[in-house]
Amino acid sequence: MTKNLRTTNSKFIDQTSRISFKFDGKKLYGFKGDTLASALLANNIHLVGRSFKYHRPRGIMACGSEEPNAIVQVGNDASMTEPNTRATEIELYEGLEASSQNCWPSVNFDVGAVNNFFSPLIPAAFYYKTFMWPSNFWKLYEYFIRKSAGLGKSPTEPDKDIYDHRYLHCDVLVVGGGISGIIAAKIAAKNNLNTVLIDDKNILGGTTLFQENECFKINNSYSNEWLKKEIETLKSLENLTIKTRTSLAAYHSYNYLLAKENLTDHLDINEKKDKIRQRLWKIRAKKVIIATGAMERPLIFNNNDKPGIILSSSIKKYIDYYGVKCGQKVSLFTNNDSAYETAISLNNSGVIVNSVVDIRDKTNSLIVKQAEKLGIKIHWKSSVVNTNGYKKINSIEIMKLSDDGNAVVGKKTKEECDCLGISGGWTPRVHLFTQSGGKLKFRDEDNVFLPDKSGLDQISIGSCNGDFELDLVIKNSVSSTNKFLKVNNNYYENLEIITSKEIDKKNIWLLPSDKPLGKTKSFLDFQNDSTANDIKLALREGFKSIEHVKRYTTTGMATDQGKLSNMHALGIIAETAGVKMGELGTTTFRPPYTPLTFGAIVGRNVGEFFDITRRTPIHDWHVENKAEFENVGQWKRAWYYPIDNENMHEAVQRESKAARDSAGILDASTLGKIDIQGSDASEFLNRVYTNAWSKLEIGKCRYGLMLNEDGMVYDDGVTTRLSENHYLMTTTTGGAANVLSKLEDYLQTEWPELDVYLTSVTDQYGTISVCGPNSKKILSKVIPDLDLSDKEFPHMSFKNALIDNIKCRVMRISFTGEHSYEINIQSSYAKSVWEKCYEAGKEFNITPYGTETMHLLRAEKGFIIAGQDTDGTMTPVDLQMNWIISKKKYDFIGKRSLYRSDTIREDRKQLVGLLTDDPNEVLEEGAQIVAEKNKQPIEMLGHVTSSYFSPNLNKSIALAIVKNGKKMKGQKLFVPMENKTINVTITDTVFLDKENKRLNA
Amino acid sequence: MFLINCPYCGERDQSEFSAGGEAHIMRPKQPTELSDDQWAEFLFMRKNIKGVQFERWNHAHGCRKWFNMVRDTSNDKIHAVYKMGEKPPSK
Ligand SMILES: [Zn+2]
Repeated sequence: MTKNLRTTNSKFIDQTSRISFKFDGKKLYGFKGDTLASALLANNIHLVGRSFKYHRPRGIMACGSEEPNAIVQVGNDASMTEPNTRATEIELYEGLEASSQNCWPSVNFDVGAVNNFFSPLIPAAFYYKTFMWPSNFWKLYEYFIRKSAGLGKSPTEPDKDIYDHRYLHCDVLVVGGGISGIIAAKIAAKNNLNTVLIDDKNILGGTTLFQENECFKINNSYSNEWLKKEIETLKSLENLTIKTRTSLAAYHSYNYLLAKENLTDHLDINEKKDKIRQRLWKIRAKKVIIATGAMERPLIFNNNDKPGIILSSSIKKYIDYYGVKCGQKVSLFTNNDSAYETAISLNNSGVIVNSVVDIRDKTNSLIVKQAEKLGIKIHWKSSVVNTNGYKKINSIEIMKLSDDGNAVVGKKTKEECDCLGISGGWTPRVHLFTQSGGKLKFRDEDNVFLPDKSGLDQISIGSCNGDFELDLVIKNSVSSTNKFLKVNNNYYENLEIITSKEIDKKNIWLLPSDKPLGKTKSFLDFQNDSTANDIKLALREGFKSIEHVKRYTTTGMATDQGKLSNMHALGIIAETAGVKMGELGTTTFRPPYTPLTFGAIVGRNVGEFFDITRRTPIHDWHVENKAEFENVGQWKRAWYYPIDNENMHEAVQRESKAARDSAGILDASTLGKIDIQGSDASEFLNRVYTNAWSKLEIGKCRYGLMLNEDGMVYDDGVTTRLSENHYLMTTTTGGAANVLSKLEDYLQTEWPELDVYLTSVTDQYGTISVCGPNSKKILSKVIPDLDLSDKEFPHMSFKNALIDNIKCRVMRISFTGEHSYEINIQSSYAKSVWEKCYEAGKEFNITPYGTETMHLLRAEKGFIIAGQDTDGTMTPVDLQMNWIISKKKYDFIGKRSLYRSDTIREDRKQLVGLLTDDPNEVLEEGAQIVAEKNKQPIEMLGHVTSSYFSPNLNKSIALAIVKNGKKMKGQKLFVPMENKTINVTITDTVFLDKENKRLNA
Repeated sequence: MFLINCPYCGERDQSEFSAGGEAHIMRPKQPTELSDDQWAEFLFMRKNIKGVQFERWNHAHGCRKWFNMVRDTSNDKIHAVYKMGEKPPSK
């Protein structure tokens, strides 16, 4: 039975190399050159899926990317399976396994098909209307919808395939390798322009490649013969790169385009291994020529969705290109001349052509006359009013059209067939043009949207520009390309072209039926199952904008973005609403033109390459000592160092205690470091920090607070004056890049008169902080030559020093409130110095601590962390840090904003300390704070910003921001939690060593 | 994705740049002498034009220089780029 569906005359199918594949578990055979769709059709398999809403049986309908029905799942490996692929675009390979989607338990017996019988109950927006309320039923609905919608299964394991990204720059990019694209590419390359021609198919040539018909001849050859020679000449052109199996996904401004090249999808299973599967090309083209062709429209009539109903031009491609008969007895239904080409091809291949049903009055074009000469029967001025058959079409019903085309008249005749080809005319593929920002115009004569104005260096040529006849396609492609590239050539002069010209045109968006509209099912969007009725219902319900109608009916919102039937939806809306289509406009086409795999989008940026990981020069030591790590921006920071089976809390308690009792050591290398030099460096710091800097002595350090121009705290850190005109600024770990960029901004744009140079040195230095009462003893062992006396080296000062002859900078600064030192040393030596400190500290039980302990220790002292205790809405006054605002300075960034009416409000949220009544109760960071727990609605006064159990105070402590908190010291408040309410008291922000005695301990 | 002609480096991909809002807004030299309203005008008020707009851009992942750009926001056409401190081109 399957054998006789193959002809033997295809030049594109290698019938000597048989390929085995599986569809829905059944082993089948095809040939090299087949697509999954052509191989299925050759096996007489039309039924490939069920429709989304009504679960109606659906068959292969097209032969390219516009296919709405043959959406299949490819592969059965949990990591390699891919849903929502179009069978018409899958090249057959040995070992291919595919299965139909959206049907359960099988495509032949589908439970959801009961929806079809209840379909009057499932109108447009049924899902929206029904499943909106009550909202807690959603869990139930979702289960039901997902199970029966079945839009394919996602892979459950990571993708094993390799994907790649590459850049490509060219003078001219030609998109589409049909006859127009081939002409344009040749002209461009012959004129010494670096040209790239891409096409999504495996070979160039488009539909002309298999157009072998007396009515289409160039210089006495069939058009396909002529084109083949043209393709041959392309191969010798040095400036031309041809990329097949490459589909253009997106067209952005400035001629930036993304194209996906399939490298292994067509290879046999065992040949795919270890090769790059797909490559995403990032193309920057000086000029772009769009030659993407046109796609055939269906016709909208009752029951136009049965398996076996296929676009006429696709039937032609299946017979002429793949050598596959879509049926043995085929009927055709058309409103234009192109169906006659199909009829002739079928007839020449020995397929019975029942008749051509044409809605037009008799017409006499060359191709129609040829069909008549072959004895093909034509029903003029007629329409198909119904189709019969469930899983496959078995007959059509034909009636005469009335003069105005609004009704059908006369006797109904039935014609038996196993396939119906339909052609509703042609839609130029303008998707890329509109994606690039181009505006469309409407041509009334044949109802097409065409490229109009574009702001980019681009043109559209061939049928995507509305030229549908061979002579026009060639002549206009040549002249447009010459003009666009500003070249002159004569490769295509004096061509003798024979072409059939379409004389009569007629279009009816929704074909009439002998049944009332409500009793018909005329599908517009085959994938999302929306009908002409749904559109009309939406209009009756008051929707006017096409974007709204689209969303309400879901027309054009499936994975094919409504490529096939968008025009009919627009036509029906325009007709019903009584407006012109040109005025109605189109919906927006968005990239990608065809779905992209996530693999192609991310390329190599997976796993450890997903994002940059920054590691400190001491990182390996932390790993060796079993540190747990915390991500801080891109940095990996040691979080805590558990010993044995310690959990985080236990480790942090131990580390915190050790740091205050004896000694702790912290890797502070991630702190941002900016080297500031220049004769105006002091003045510059005066302007960017809130406090005064001019009088800072050389060798001294100072804490600084940086505001935004709106007065809100932005960043903080200690800056050291290394010499007269040389400072080292530190910033928060997360703020480093932004602070540098902000400072550069002011320097370059507001204060270009300042002689100041900024350099990031974060990565150049490792920073080791040694703190605790024994830190001085440890440091004296590491740097014996350094005088560490309080007199010579007091708190907030700095010394140059040598460790094993390596220069380093030692700052006596403290973020813990303990006596402490920070050693800054060239990164490559940081780990060895760290180890040296650690060795020297062993007799004092020096304890490495991570960020969690650092946060706890500073909280005990009430030191803020910009970004944790502040959130871009806190002024220094809100933080109770008035002491840091210089009264004398005339100006600094943010100064004026500190006395705006809003910032001087007394009842702003202010930073306070919180103590829980129960000292063992640790608050949750982010928890809300209220004054009255029984009032409704409850007023939120603020929230907890930092909270820890302090082992040094043996109680829970917290920082919080509270409305008017400054004046509420001693006041009792509440922190309501899910199961309890916690009583708290507002306190000072400093919990430990208010007198700062420990700094000099 | 724009192609931006950095006045210091030449044509580069947009991903190397960051945008910095409206251009030619001078930070007042004497902020303390401004009323709340005048300061708010500088601090908060920015134009958002559909059409030709003057903007600040930074070649963040390149030379780190700030410069100005004349861009039509309706079609993203860049009409001119010029260095900080230079006069904007007249239309
Ligand atoms: Zn630059």
